[in-house]
Amino acid sequence: MTATPTYETRPLQCWGKAKEIRKQYYVDYASAHERGGLRWAGGAWTFGAIPCGLGDDVYSLTSEPYGASIAANKDFSMRCLEATERAGYARDLCSYMRNYWGSLLLDEYLWGGSFPKPDFIWQDHICCSHAKWYQVVGDHEPDIPQFCIDVAVGPEGAINENKLSYIVGQMHDGIDWMEEITGRTYDDEKLIEAVYQECRSTSLWAEICCLNKAIPAPLEEKTMYSLYVLGTLAKHSKVVADFYEELRDEVQDRVDNHIAAVPNERCRLMSDTQPPWGFLSLFRYLEEYGALSVGSLYTFGLIGMWEDKPDGSWGPRTTPQQQGIDIKDRDQALRILAAWNLSKPEWQHFYSPHLKTALMVRIAKEWHLDGVLLHYNRGCEGLSVGIAENRLGLIEAGYPVMTFEGNMGDEREFDLARTKARIDTFMETLGFTRESTSTGSASAPSRARRCT
Amino acid sequence: MITAGIDMGAKTIKVVIVDDGNMVGKAMTIAGFEATESAERAYTTALGEAGLAEGDVERIASTGAGRRYAPHAKHDVSEVKCAVKGAIDLYPNARTVIDVGAEEGRAIRCTEDGNVMDFALNEKCAAGAGAFTEAMSRALEVKVEELGPMSVKSTNAIPMNAQCAVFAESEVVSLLHAKTPKEDIARAVHDAIASRIVSLARKVGFEPDVVLIGGLARNVGFVDSLQRALGCDVLIPSDPEYIGAYGAALAARAG
Repeated sequence: MTATPTYETRPLQCWGKAKEIRKQYYVDYASAHERGGLRWAGGAWTFGAIPCGLGDDVYSLTSEPYGASIAANKDFSMRCLEATERAGYARDLCSYMRNYWGSLLLDEYLWGGSFPKPDFIWQDHICCSHAKWYQVVGDHEPDIPQFCIDVAVGPEGAINENKLSYIVGQMHDGIDWMEEITGRTYDDEKLIEAVYQECRSTSLWAEICCLNKAIPAPLEEKTMYSLYVLGTLAKHSKVVADFYEELRDEVQDRVDNHIAAVPNERCRLMSDTQPPWGFLSLFRYLEEYGALSVGSLYTFGLIGMWEDKPDGSWGPRTTPQQQGIDIKDRDQALRILAAWNLSKPEWQHFYSPHLKTALMVRIAKEWHLDGVLLHYNRGCEGLSVGIAENRLGLIEAGYPVMTFEGNMGDEREFDLARTKARIDTFMETLGFTRESTSTGSASAPSRARRCT
Repeated sequence: MITAGIDMGAKTIKVVIVDDGNMVGKAMTIAGFEATESAERAYTTALGEAGLAEGDVERIASTGAGRRYAPHAKHDVSEVKCAVKGAIDLYPNARTVIDVGAEEGRAIRCTEDGNVMDFALNEKCAAGAGAFTEAMSRALEVKVEELGPMSVKSTNAIPMNAQCAVFAESEVVSLLHAKTPKEDIARAVHDAIASRIVSLARKVGFEPDVVLIGGLARNVGFVDSLQRALGCDVLIPSDPEYIGAYGAALAARAG
């Protein structure tokens, strides 16, 4: 059995700032009309940089993070889920979507007041649920105009100029449509700036994730959830890109000075797909074994943009700015934006679980993992489909795998006690015993620490 | 060395006393609401059967869902590890252990030296565990111990959807109303459980020898269905429900 180390640890200094940015995002969206601004809604995967061309007073509500935020508030989530079921929608649909619909049907915003309806919907179709999400919203709110971009053009390796043109053509149509429904004149300079910022923020997030290859890991995944989420809210925002730069510097400092996320780190794991948001205490339970999740394809690849580095490792994607590319017009900006997003790692496994397995094995190797926790997430078919196939691939590559069933957004489908018992068994098979007292994570201050 | 293993199962508590590798005493009680007290009673009974006093036992380990509340035990071991330890001690050629208790079914693949290679547990579904047979015997209005012998008399295979015990119970009621012979319904119940368990076994990539332990190993109907679904015979120890506790006692000896 591995001896228990004791690394120095300390809270993240920019933790409070991350919380503030997230809070401000939801406040800005809700209060946009008071300042004469516009509100739009769409998925976190959508091409969010494009509506930026309508002005600086345009605010979004990305649907999945909103559904996840609801899930973490169990009382409100239950009311939302029940409202959705009362309206006749089945329990086995995407649980983010059901939480979102419930909030709309109840006409209640998670942060108080009535549900702030968007002025328009700007969506893309990454999965079945994303295709249906706003169709149902439209059933209940028929006056909200919506535009959806079809992105089913295949995995990164199959993208060619014609397929790219198919996406870019829809983007051009979408801009014309936005001008028509808002009555505003579109500003290409603002689009170009947003594309630059999106490339910058998503490359920076990958750089931050890369720093977690260090032993001890400077971050653990429960903390990373609160950081990557900013990218899911507004990856095209300068505020988010600036924050990620600040975070990158702080995490680099932690690596340089061996500041650990978990002081007793001796077992490195990764998870997969969205966690059961109402039960993140599961990650603290791992720490009782000196175990931590250093991330996942989900936290690395949903927002992070990656590339093969000359030394063969997986690293942050070189941005257009770093390549010296000067974006001159709308079409060029849209082509860069489309190509950038279609090569997103988390996008690839919609086409084949084998692509995902290859990425997961790569993470397992480069992040020096001892095992993998796979969440058979009943709340998200899009990210869970093929996960049993991933399990086989990881086992074949020599990584022990534990699976557990649950649901990212519906607490009724998760069993905390049995999942902990399963972790006990898994850790035992890996040769780790539980320590009598938990030293706890220091990268994300506990509630008690934040209060003091 | 004399050791003891306490299996704090979801429904029953089993205690085994082992002296130099031989099971010299055993006892089982219903866990009830006061599981620690129930375990204490079982421990005293097992000691009595072995003709030993508390002071004679050098080490005690616990396992099972409530293993952290076991009296006397100095350390606890997972059900998976104990199942393998007990099974491989009795059957050194065992490479797959299937354990079906009251509330959980599990399949484990192990090495010849008793290390766990992979395991799969029944998810949130009662249809892969012993409690399912109890619910179905109530629906059929027969004693649970009659379900197995009744099942092997069946001549017809009837498909049953056993993803959920509640839905399965309503299906049994419908079959009864359709005048389906109870023997065929009993077999359908066991086939359904076996299907769930074999799914777990396939997940870990089962290979012979396969050892079946846990209370459901006493049910001849389930064993028949399981062997048919697996396509091979399974080895069943004489005290299948005690193997977890036995494994814990062996683990206690190892320290």
